[in-house]
Amino acid sequence: MSSTSTIPAFPRMLEDESIYIMREVAAQFEKPALLFSGGKDSITLVRLAQKAFWPGKIPFPLVHVDTGHNFPETIAFRDWLVKQTGAELIVRYVQDSIDAGKVKEETGKYASRNVLQTVTLLDTIEEFKFDACIGGARRDEEKARAKERIFSVRDDFGQWDPKKQRPELFDLLNGKINIGENVRVFPISNWTELDVWTYIKEENMAIPSIYYTHKREVIERDGMIWPYSDFLNTSEDEVPFEEIVRFRTVGDMTCTAAVASTANHVDDIIREILAAKISERGARMDDKRSEAAMEQRKKEGYF
Amino acid sequence: MDIVRIATAGSVDDGKSTLIGRLLYETNSITQDKLEAIEKASKRRGVDYTDLSLLTDGLIAEREQGITIDVAHIYFSTPARKYIIADTPGHFEYTRNMITGASNAQVAIILIDARNGIVEQTHRHFYITQLLRIPYVIVCINKMDLVNYSESQFNQVKQQFNELFSKANYREQQLEFIPASSLYGDNISRRSEQMSWYKGPSILEFLENITWHEQETQFPARFPVQYVIRPKSDQWHDFRGFAGKLTSGVLKKGDEVVALPSQRSSVIEKIFRFEEEIDLAEAGDSVVVTLKDEIDISRGDMIVKKDQVPAGLKEISARICWLDHAPLKAGKNYLLQHGSNRVKAKVTNLFSSINVIDYQNIEGVEEIGLNEIGYITLKTARPVNADNYAANKLNGTFILIDEGSNNTVGVGFIG
Repeated sequence: MSSTSTIPAFPRMLEDESIYIMREVAAQFEKPALLFSGGKDSITLVRLAQKAFWPGKIPFPLVHVDTGHNFPETIAFRDWLVKQTGAELIVRYVQDSIDAGKVKEETGKYASRNVLQTVTLLDTIEEFKFDACIGGARRDEEKARAKERIFSVRDDFGQWDPKKQRPELFDLLNGKINIGENVRVFPISNWTELDVWTYIKEENMAIPSIYYTHKREVIERDGMIWPYSDFLNTSEDEVPFEEIVRFRTVGDMTCTAAVASTANHVDDIIREILAAKISERGARMDDKRSEAAMEQRKKEGYF
Repeated sequence: MDIVRIATAGSVDDGKSTLIGRLLYETNSITQDKLEAIEKASKRRGVDYTDLSLLTDGLIAEREQGITIDVAHIYFSTPARKYIIADTPGHFEYTRNMITGASNAQVAIILIDARNGIVEQTHRHFYITQLLRIPYVIVCINKMDLVNYSESQFNQVKQQFNELFSKANYREQQLEFIPASSLYGDNISRRSEQMSWYKGPSILEFLENITWHEQETQFPARFPVQYVIRPKSDQWHDFRGFAGKLTSGVLKKGDEVVALPSQRSSVIEKIFRFEEEIDLAEAGDSVVVTLKDEIDISRGDMIVKKDQVPAGLKEISARICWLDHAPLKAGKNYLLQHGSNRVKAKVTNLFSSINVIDYQNIEGVEEIGLNEIGYITLKTARPVNADNYAANKLNGTFILIDEGSNNTVGVGFIG
């Protein structure tokens, strides 16, 4: 059934639900923030926030935890989007956490700053006293995420306790928290990867260029194509070469694999996803560390 | 594109995970890397088959114990529809998680092992579908392969279940009995060749064809105000828009409306969906409404049509399902949240609890414990603009929040 080439329509009731959640956040919390990574999911969140509060401005800042290992195209896009929407942007750097001795850079072939960014994120929440952080996680991505509520309460240490989740009934969202606690909010919980793309298509949204086909220096590792960069620790036999690729998911350059693709239009991307045999997070090295990699990271405060 | 929300209840033993795995597998919704990951994990656990329950049981504790603890949301689609399965636990101690997962469902799948027929937890699962007024219930009589695909066995279980239904209150609920073997794929997405005596649809065929009553639009209009939009920009200097998601009914431009609790009346000037001005909003739509007159309205208030004003309750009687470890006791204060409205409430009376097996009321109870269901009365500090749950489901429910822990401790159904 997934090989069909007709592009399905975006289910509009998902947008109604997400806008409702955005407004609940603005109404129930004193200092919310939107966690912005520059990927398609957080770009979708910005679009939804724009819609939820129009003709007013987005009533909370976008927060970017910059690992220093981002794709330059993502950063350029971020700055363009901020200018275009008039939203406030706050950037905090993982490098600062490293310099302050709070975290230690990983070593070895698979070194990445993915885990490190949790510390910077928790420090940023503390610095600005954010009581709610909106994130673009979707339940279809990964099985620990499939268990998460829309309003997910975190304790003083930013930790998620999957056994103590609040019941969420009908569309009643309870954002009441104790001092020190904060809430992670996931407005696109019920969207799938395909929903995000059909939304991008129907809304005619701009996205970073790396989602479309381009020529790039890459290396081959573990049967996957990795973007070559100064941040990637390579061995001698990993010789960079040029390839026509695109990215299906956008994380750090050190943990996001590319796919060979000539898709240069959103319709092509949607057809590619409909026919795909590998899931979106199959291209994320950060998830492959163990069966429970995501749950462990979430318990420690990852979003 | 339609979205169908399904709730499944049961334990691994009923073949629930296998059933979900089948639905995903036969709609091409499991990607190769996920399948390989499950195969690898199955081997590591020393089982000699691909354990599809590993697909749904996502928490470390769940995999350790081989049970479902919390709701997992699983997505699949066909060219016609998008499906969201809330896969909920079947054990009594996780009833609150089951209610969480099932509260938005249009269809519930209750799994019954054909060898055992109706067991205690079937009663509880069915009671919850009744309590939540889920319009469709698929009674999946599973593991038919283990009873030689026997028609009489199927009919016997069906008869048992119909007896159960005869005692139920929500009569409009539609039951569909489907004999299946999720292990072999009989009547999951394809009709079974083993059961030519069965003329009904497979589970997927049934799901593809249901239409749930567009009732919500026929109910009175209820527009709880979530947020007031005041841009104060040069271009939108005097703009005051009331943002919300219409719970029920229809609102049109030009409708005469009343704001509650102030009782001030006005007329709908404009309705916006983002930049687009629209003439009409229906139940479920997230919109922004402006009024012709400047009247005081803030979050928690409700805009309704002039000839459909709800009573404004300060004394509420409700069925309650308790979700917290500390039991509900008469005399205690809670915060009651109904839509966007939060008010202080006191439990004035607690007069019986319900046995979900025989539906008998137990009088004279002192408290209602975790996962139990009872009747209570509440007194609220300010009026709540609710309807009777049986008359307008989404405007007839509320949650109770403990002011100490801030947890959601109960869910109530008014009437």
